[in-house]
Amino acid sequence: MATRREGSAFAGLGPVFLKEFADQLSGARMRLLELLIVLTAAGTIYAAIQTIKSTVGEDVFLFLRLFTTAKDPLPSFVAFAGFLVPLLAIALGFDAVNGEHQRRTLGRVLAQPIYRDALLFGKYLAGLATLALVLLATWLLITGLGILLTGLAPSGEEVARSLLYLAATLAYGGVWLAVALFFSTVFKSPTTSALAAIGLWLFFTVFWGMIAGLLAPLLSPVHYGFPEELYRRAQTELMLARVAPNTLYAEATLALLRPEVRSLGPVLPAQLEGMVLGTPLPLGQSLLLVWPQFAGLVAASVLFFTLAYVVFQRAEIRA
Amino acid sequence: MMTAIETQALSKRYGDLVAVDGLDLRVEEGEVFGLLGPNGSGKTTTILMLLGLTEPTSGRVRVLGYDPVREPLSVKRRVGYLPDTVGFYDELSGRENLRYTAALCGLRGRSVETRIEEALASMGLTDAADRPVRTYSRGMKQRLGLADVLLKEPQLVILDEPTLGLDPQAAHEFLGLIRSLGDRGLTVLLSSHLLHQVQTVTDRVGLFRKGRMALVGSVPELARQVLGGAYRVHLEAEGEDLESALAGLPGVRRLRRDGARYLLEAERDLRDDAARVVVQRGGRLLRLDLEEPDLDEVYRAYFEEVPHGDAA
Repeated sequence: MATRREGSAFAGLGPVFLKEFADQLSGARMRLLELLIVLTAAGTIYAAIQTIKSTVGEDVFLFLRLFTTAKDPLPSFVAFAGFLVPLLAIALGFDAVNGEHQRRTLGRVLAQPIYRDALLFGKYLAGLATLALVLLATWLLITGLGILLTGLAPSGEEVARSLLYLAATLAYGGVWLAVALFFSTVFKSPTTSALAAIGLWLFFTVFWGMIAGLLAPLLSPVHYGFPEELYRRAQTELMLARVAPNTLYAEATLALLRPEVRSLGPVLPAQLEGMVLGTPLPLGQSLLLVWPQFAGLVAASVLFFTLAYVVFQRAEIRA
Repeated sequence: MMTAIETQALSKRYGDLVAVDGLDLRVEEGEVFGLLGPNGSGKTTTILMLLGLTEPTSGRVRVLGYDPVREPLSVKRRVGYLPDTVGFYDELSGRENLRYTAALCGLRGRSVETRIEEALASMGLTDAADRPVRTYSRGMKQRLGLADVLLKEPQLVILDEPTLGLDPQAAHEFLGLIRSLGDRGLTVLLSSHLLHQVQTVTDRVGLFRKGRMALVGSVPELARQVLGGAYRVHLEAEGEDLESALAGLPGVRRLRRDGARYLLEAERDLRDDAARVVVQRGGRLLRLDLEEPDLDEVYRAYFEEVPHGDAA
């Protein structure tokens, strides 16, 4: 059947998006997660401000420190977000398709004049929009708290950097949303798909770093201890680690929120010549630094969404 | 008259399993057609192929003149489908569920609300319209399903096991609603394994067996084909030599005797002839009954005749 399909693949996208978005926002699990995020944001920011007040007097990027400063026993907001956002994304997407199956609504919905594309894409966009809304609300909360508690207004660059950090977080959440969507098309039971998605997330967060550390010496062995060999091994390990979306996200976060970070990989002494250590990079340069990470995150989302798409197109809709 | 559904040598295989095997089906416009068969005989698969929700392995399908494989949107715009176990979004009200369907169909404007209102009213759901579907009974959900189907004003309605899980009263009411669709001139394709129910609402039926259409026709036609005669006369009489005299009546296909009871299978209603024979022979007529042909019986007799062999 090599002929063109009739009509637009996006017919019905709007209604699907609006319904899913409304469902996400009114659902109980959404409220639970919002509460969790708001509490962590308020807690970590408050703790960070205590630290900042007592230690740093002269800091150009005081506002960005709100995101990255940790105070024992609380980790920084960035660390918390890196942990919570994937869970939030998975929670938004794990029953996207198999939930329709279980409620037996899939056949009825697909009997309407729309393609399956619209259903899947509408659900993905709705999840992404929900995520964006939550993140934006959190960002506003942090900024507001920051202004109130420090009495300072953020500079334009700080606002830009923190918004870019928000965009990176959204891209990272998008990956896990696509993963959850994929598993929800593969597995018939929402419980199984939730477990699979969380399993994959745990694998990348906990185990992948270790595996990369073990694989790197095998792929780039160090025989004589030459600097080139060591350098190559470090490169390999970094490349392997970057397969995990959380590595990409951590790097993007680092470069965006810490302007003084100049490189995300190993640096050779020759490259440091003439450099004044500790001076911040301009925003454009930081952005240039994290561009590959951004692209990698988007690519991972596209990959998983495509997989979900392929599986869903072939799926039997009968129960 | 136009043909609403036409399939030629339509087949669907899942690996080694043949779900539908060379099906030739024709449903004319304005007809209420019953697709009958036991569970797993390929009815649902056929319906999904008609809607373009499953791709046929081979063969040709035309629904209202469109090819569901290549023009699924044109087909789905004109065909209403009620799945065998219809589901709704439980947390939304009946009206909100219909609104979603209307939006997916691309219906817009102020007329949509009126249309939803009408669809709900025609199914007797006006009072329950704003309650969440979770509070609906099985019968109400089924009626909401039909409202959902009628919303897009289809030319053809496909109902898969519409009375499944309904209590007898609700099933009876629902069949009445289906009949009213037929009376409105809609083409209806209805699948079921409950034969006696389908009999009351369909113009023609097709018996489905192992993915093939074993028999097609109106109920009396099928009875004639399968039971050997459409008319079965039960007679109870005492008298001499009745058996041979009854068997000699014109139009009798078969005669069975059990003591004083006779069963005549005939091409016409020959109660008057049979009564005359008994009286002429000086016998005593105790009982005389005409049995209406029953689809259940057709079905049972048919599958008794071909218990294992190939049906078609």
